[in-house]
Amino acid sequence: MSFPWAEEYRPKNGLMRWLDQRLPLPRLVYGAVGGGYPVPRNLNYFWNFGVLAGIALVIQIVTGIILAMHYVPYDAQAFRSVEHIMRDVNQGWLLRYLHANGASFFFIVTYIHIFRGLYYGSYKAPRELVWMLGLVILLLMMATAFMGYVLPWGQMSFWASKVITGLFGAIPLVGEPVQQWLLGGYAPDQPTLNRFFSLHYLLPFVIAGVIILHIWALHIPGSGNPTGVDVKTPQDTLPFHPYYTAKDGFGLGVFLVLLAAVTFFAPNYLGHADNYIPANPLSTPSHIVPEWYFWPFYAILRAFTVDFILPAKLWGVLAMFGSIILLFFLPWLDPSPVRSGNYRPRFRQFFWILILDILVLGWCGGLPAEEPYVMISQVATIYYFAHFLIVLPILSWTERTLPLPNSISESVLHGEEREAAPADLSGVRPATAAE
Amino acid sequence: MATVEHSDGTLAAGPDGESDGLRRREFINIAAVSVAGVGAATTLYPLVNQMNPSADVLALASIEVDLAAIQPGQAVKTIFRKQPLFIRHLTPAEIQAANAVPVGSLRDPQTLAERTKEGKPQWLITMGVCTHLGCVPLGAAEGEVRGQFGGYFCPCHGSHYDTAARVRKGPAPKNLEVPDYVFKSDTVVTVGEEA
Repeated sequence: MSFPWAEEYRPKNGLMRWLDQRLPLPRLVYGAVGGGYPVPRNLNYFWNFGVLAGIALVIQIVTGIILAMHYVPYDAQAFRSVEHIMRDVNQGWLLRYLHANGASFFFIVTYIHIFRGLYYGSYKAPRELVWMLGLVILLLMMATAFMGYVLPWGQMSFWASKVITGLFGAIPLVGEPVQQWLLGGYAPDQPTLNRFFSLHYLLPFVIAGVIILHIWALHIPGSGNPTGVDVKTPQDTLPFHPYYTAKDGFGLGVFLVLLAAVTFFAPNYLGHADNYIPANPLSTPSHIVPEWYFWPFYAILRAFTVDFILPAKLWGVLAMFGSIILLFFLPWLDPSPVRSGNYRPRFRQFFWILILDILVLGWCGGLPAEEPYVMISQVATIYYFAHFLIVLPILSWTERTLPLPNSISESVLHGEEREAAPADLSGVRPATAAE
Repeated sequence: MATVEHSDGTLAAGPDGESDGLRRREFINIAAVSVAGVGAATTLYPLVNQMNPSADVLALASIEVDLAAIQPGQAVKTIFRKQPLFIRHLTPAEIQAANAVPVGSLRDPQTLAERTKEGKPQWLITMGVCTHLGCVPLGAAEGEVRGQFGGYFCPCHGSHYDTAARVRKGPAPKNLEVPDYVFKSDTVVTVGEEA
């Protein structure tokens, strides 16, 4: 697909040749994830996580379709039908725990996938659209996960739907009508549950569609790699199959072992006990938090406590959505032509500070909104935005990057001593200029 | 590698003497794909089995019926496993009529004794599901037609059953099914339990 030396698909027998001439589906698969897709030979295990996220989606769709066979999206029976799945349906407990923990694992691998992209500059030209489509997938995942969490109609479900739709109530003038439109009433009720069920079933397939675009856009320039240096010759690449199917297969094995370990031995560790209490519109749980994967965003939401021109509530909502919208502009906020953090020593330090900052935000988001956590999340929120809006643009103009290897194959052969200035990137300040 | 000791020739590689590495790779490949295959097949079990009747459905798989109030000549309809169940108190005349039929002449040859419990030939307990295409035959409720043979009559495609609920005329291939049941006492019967 991407390089002239990509192996062409050759049908192995008459049947495949017949099929290939009429519907070249085997050709498509071969070129996308078979021997016909040349991949840089130096990928490390961080490049497993895209495939793992795809498989996590498949697990969610398969277990989700099965849960929908037994679940009733009706407010008086939703909670009971979930208990019915847990107690009566054959292996229903397994399928539901796989679905609930599968969502968490989907976010774990997706977040690692995103951090991989941040570190190795995967968002940089010519892969800006790959990055942006990935962010669309993240937003869709968040919407899907939120609506799925509402379906069991426990206490956390009910109050999550109330709080999250309440975010839209912060919009000036139209906020309240929008919130009522989303809920189909004045508070979460039967209409809310029914529409969330419908959309929770729909969105995973929309995600699958955007993933196809994500991979399509990726396969035009081909996969990035830990050096960030472009592929130049056939020596730089290996066919996806069998080299990376094998490597991804190993990573998948590890992933499934971990998923099974949590599902079997700590299935409720990542959940909230309050959600095993049926929804009660007259009583809010004392400590209401979203699922762990929303904690950093929840901390940003709650960090705004003072009205400044706009109400504090609106600032929180804008900042929370802004924290992701901001990432759409990342390719232009960080115009440094050197992609990989391996060759950007200063960038690398700030990258780890950002990771720490997001972990702190996540930690605060899971705790009650009390001091000192509010103040800590305020500082961490400021840093989060400063990293992208101030630190990265300045870094990309002032940082003195390390010399890049001449080629991928040379870096693999540990020819670092013969490193030279990048030959492929125009506009780079030659890093090996006379000292 | 000790695991692959037999050289079958086909795997012995070229002159560069890498035959051992090649066989080792084949072995690892087959072993890994086999384990993954067994894992995938095992995973299919819960995915398929979840569609079988769940525990709450199975919990309703047997019912208890009190027969004391059913007079001779009367029948009741009740529900067993979400399907109609006919319980009929045969009169001596109906028993006689059933026993008078030569068994060999029947489409599904069975005697009344085979279709009732020993010593209780007056209690005819059958599913109310026509063996043709599953309609509910008439004849269990007061005033319903009982067909040419005084048992049940299926209005969908005109199958006639006699007083032992055996098919006598029409498209039905079998007699009305007799479920498993046991008499807990003289007047209480548990349907869905084997003796």
